[in-house]
This record gives sequence, C-alpha cells and structure tokens, in this order.
Amino acid sequence: MGSAAGGRRVVVTGLGVVSALGVGREAHLEGLAEGRNGIGPIELIDPSRLMIKIAGEAKGYIGTERWGRQELLLYDRITQMALTATAEAVEQSGIDFKADGLGEQTAVIIATAMGGLHTQDENYRIVYEEQKNRVHPFIIPRLMANAPVSQVSMAHGLMGPSWSVATACASSNHAIGQAFHLVRSGAADAAVTGGTESVLCFGGIKAWEGLRVMSKDGCRPFSKNRNGMVLGEGAAILILEELEAAKARGAVILGEIAGAGASADAADIVAPAVEGAAGAMRGALKDAGMAADEVGYINAHGTATALNDRTEAAAIKSVLGVAAEKVMVSSTKSMHGHAIGAAGALEAAACLLALDRGVVAPTINRDEEDPEIGLDVVPNTAREIPVDAALSNAFAFGGLNAVLAFRAFRD
Amino acid sequence: MSDEVYSRVVEIIAEQAMVEPDAVTPETTLDDLGLDSLALVEVVFGIEEAFDISVPYNANEPAESDFDIENVGKIVEGVKKLIAEKA
Repeated sequence: MGSAAGGRRVVVTGLGVVSALGVGREAHLEGLAEGRNGIGPIELIDPSRLMIKIAGEAKGYIGTERWGRQELLLYDRITQMALTATAEAVEQSGIDFKADGLGEQTAVIIATAMGGLHTQDENYRIVYEEQKNRVHPFIIPRLMANAPVSQVSMAHGLMGPSWSVATACASSNHAIGQAFHLVRSGAADAAVTGGTESVLCFGGIKAWEGLRVMSKDGCRPFSKNRNGMVLGEGAAILILEELEAAKARGAVILGEIAGAGASADAADIVAPAVEGAAGAMRGALKDAGMAADEVGYINAHGTATALNDRTEAAAIKSVLGVAAEKVMVSSTKSMHGHAIGAAGALEAAACLLALDRGVVAPTINRDEEDPEIGLDVVPNTAREIPVDAALSNAFAFGGLNAVLAFRAFRD
Repeated sequence: MSDEVYSRVVEIIAEQAMVEPDAVTPETTLDDLGLDSLALVEVVFGIEEAFDISVPYNANEPAESDFDIENVGKIVEGVKKLIAEKA
C-alpha cells in the first residue's frame, strides 16, 4: 500500500477544531454526524446594515473569555482560533515536541485566505470613521497573514519550515498538501497544519455581499433550490507525523494522508472550470496511487452556488467514470458554512470522521434533487458505513484547485 | 424624466460593454453586448450607486430574482419601479 510517488507514509495523529458546530473536535464531529445546522442569524456583530444576515458564526468562541489583555493585543480572531485548535490537536496526538529535538524538525503550515481581517476592519474604522491619527503599535503583527503560523510556532517551540498559504477557498487544502509533502519527503518529521479564517466582520461581509453570490436564507448544496453560499468561520488543525515515528511512540492514528493534487484553471477570476477541478482530483489520485473506484467518499467543495455545484458534479463524473455512480459525495458547508481559507481543514475533519469512525456526514438542506447533479449526495442524514478512501475537494476563486486524498489507517 | 433614467442606465451598460450608448436600444440584450454574469454584477452596482436604490439581484438565480434582465428596456422598467417605490 505504499504511495505511488514513493517516500514515507504520513499519518494524522491529532485534530483540533473551532467551527459553527462548536468549540472542540468532538462538538464539530458530533455536529457533522447529527447533520446539525450551524448556520443562523448573525449575532457576533451588528447586522442592521447588512443585506445578508445569516452566517455560520463560531458563536461559542468568545476571544475575551479565553485570552488575557496582552494576548488579545497580539491575537486576531484567526490567531486565537488557530491556537485553540492547535492546543487540542497536540493534546490528542500526545506528541512531545521536546523529545529528541522533534520541534526543530516540525513544520507549521497554516492557511488563511484573508489574514487578520477583523483587525484591519476595526483599524480602518478607527482611522477613517473616528478620524484618529494613531493606531495601536501591534496592528501589523496582529493582522499579518502569517501571525497564526508564527504564534503557533512560538507557543509550541516549532522551528521547522513554516509559512502561511493563501489561495482563497482552497487555502487549507494547499496548506495540508504542502505539509504532507514536507513530511513524506523527509524535509520535516512532523507538521502542524490546517487553516483558520474569519471574514465575519462588517467590512468582510460587505465585500462578499458585493459579489451577489450569497444566499439570504440558507446553504443548500446540490439541492435544486440552492441560491448561493453562506459564509462560515473557524479553524481546524491536524498533526501530521511520519508513520514509523508515530507507531514507535504508540500514537493513535486517525487516518493517513495518501496524496495531494493541485491545478489552475487559467480561465476566469470567479467562474470555476470542469477541467481544472478534474485535474486536481486526478493529481491527488495519482500522487496517492489510488484508483478511482477505491474512493468511497468525497467531501465536496459544494458551495451551493449554481455554478460550483454543477461544475463540481461534472468534474467528479469525469474523473471517477462509472465509479461516480456509487461514490458518496457530501458538502458539509451546508452545516458549518463556507469558512473560506479554513474550509478545507474543517472538511478534512469530515473525511477523518468517515475513515476513522465510519460515519459519512450528510449534505443537509437537500430539499429537492437536481437532475443536473446526478450523484449520491448523502441527503440530509449521515450514514454509518465503513470508508477506506476519501477525497476532499477545494476549488478557489481565481481558479486555483487543491484536492487531498486520504486513506483509513490499516497497518 | 423617464428618459433621464433610460439614458443613465444605457450609459452604465454601454460603459461596461465598452460600446457607444448609441449602440444600445431597449431591445438590446446583455448577451448581445457580450456581458457575462460578473459584468452584470458591476452593472447592477453602477445602477444602485447612480439611483441610490437596492436592486434585488442574485447571480445564482438571475431568472428568479425580482428584477427582469431580459433586455435593456426591462432593466430600465425595473429601475423606474424601484425608484418609485423609494419615493
């Protein structure tokens, strides 16, 4: 079962999550398994001047209740959520970064598409609206896109190759794919990877409203009555380790990352293209040495826009061929919303749920079958069924695509 | 007055399509002008800014929005209705 591209095997030994489904891994996974709707009225900011008044807010995550004054001066909401998810993932894995200099060989690759948007929004407000001429000295270290990476590296003493990744909605998958390749190749022995994002500040939501692709009433991927995406927020962090090292220390293995593929549409700045999406899926399968008919579950990009869902369904059929008739495909964005740069990481959690616990998360709000989709989208209710291999799709604005291939861990 | 709304809407559409306003008639469709959904979003934005109105348009379901975009004449009709509702 070695990988096609050779090298070491890479396993996931820890997972931490903050999402609209709750704070903590179990809250997120239980929400996915229950088909719970985490999307609701916007409450964390004043929605009165917004046209879009719903989102998947991580309502249980209140920064001021978790962090002290000095920390809040340096941590944007995305850094706060990344640190919380990292602590949970590290604890679950039981990994000791101090042992044998492991921290020096551990990479930190964490995605965010937009960086510290809350910090930018608040400080633009201060200088433009309040006409202040001075802002706090730490605005830059708080808003910079690499702040979550740097703070995680500092908090855990991680000194391996580290950077942030920004490819809009595909950021997390690119980040996890890069971390996987670093560990597989031996450039790092372990990695802390995933994504963190919150665009749910006034200016952030206004910018998304402008595109006219947002739903005012709910996220209904693959349903004939879908009418757009719903924003979410959150963070999910995975601990990746080389298989032999993980086994040697007796780690509990949640699943294996087997491959990662990426591509660019080179076509349109917002509209997706079937060929680009299919190219990334084929790349992931090839990198994993995985046959199309091995794939039991695909966590879809599934944004619930008219265009994405149709394009994605066509890409899945093009890559899987006859195997597309029986593969389970679900969009968990229906529950946690579209967390943009964190989306792929929240959805990697859904893949691990399927592989590790045999629970395939549903596509909720699937009111009406769409003949143009023609896939088993696991409508509305989760399924208990063993899954050996899964893909996770992410197709970004700008036509940048990244797909991860996972396997259930079988020694 | 009504002609002013028409001229302003045509101006916005023509600018987006990079044609002279004379090339646009009430029967002209957005397809005729080569305007795709992204360009249409910009047209809607231009109209909203020009007339200080809010146009109910969702790029996911243009056909089901409460705003007819069949041709330039229909768009102008819709804009006039929204202006009247505002007054």
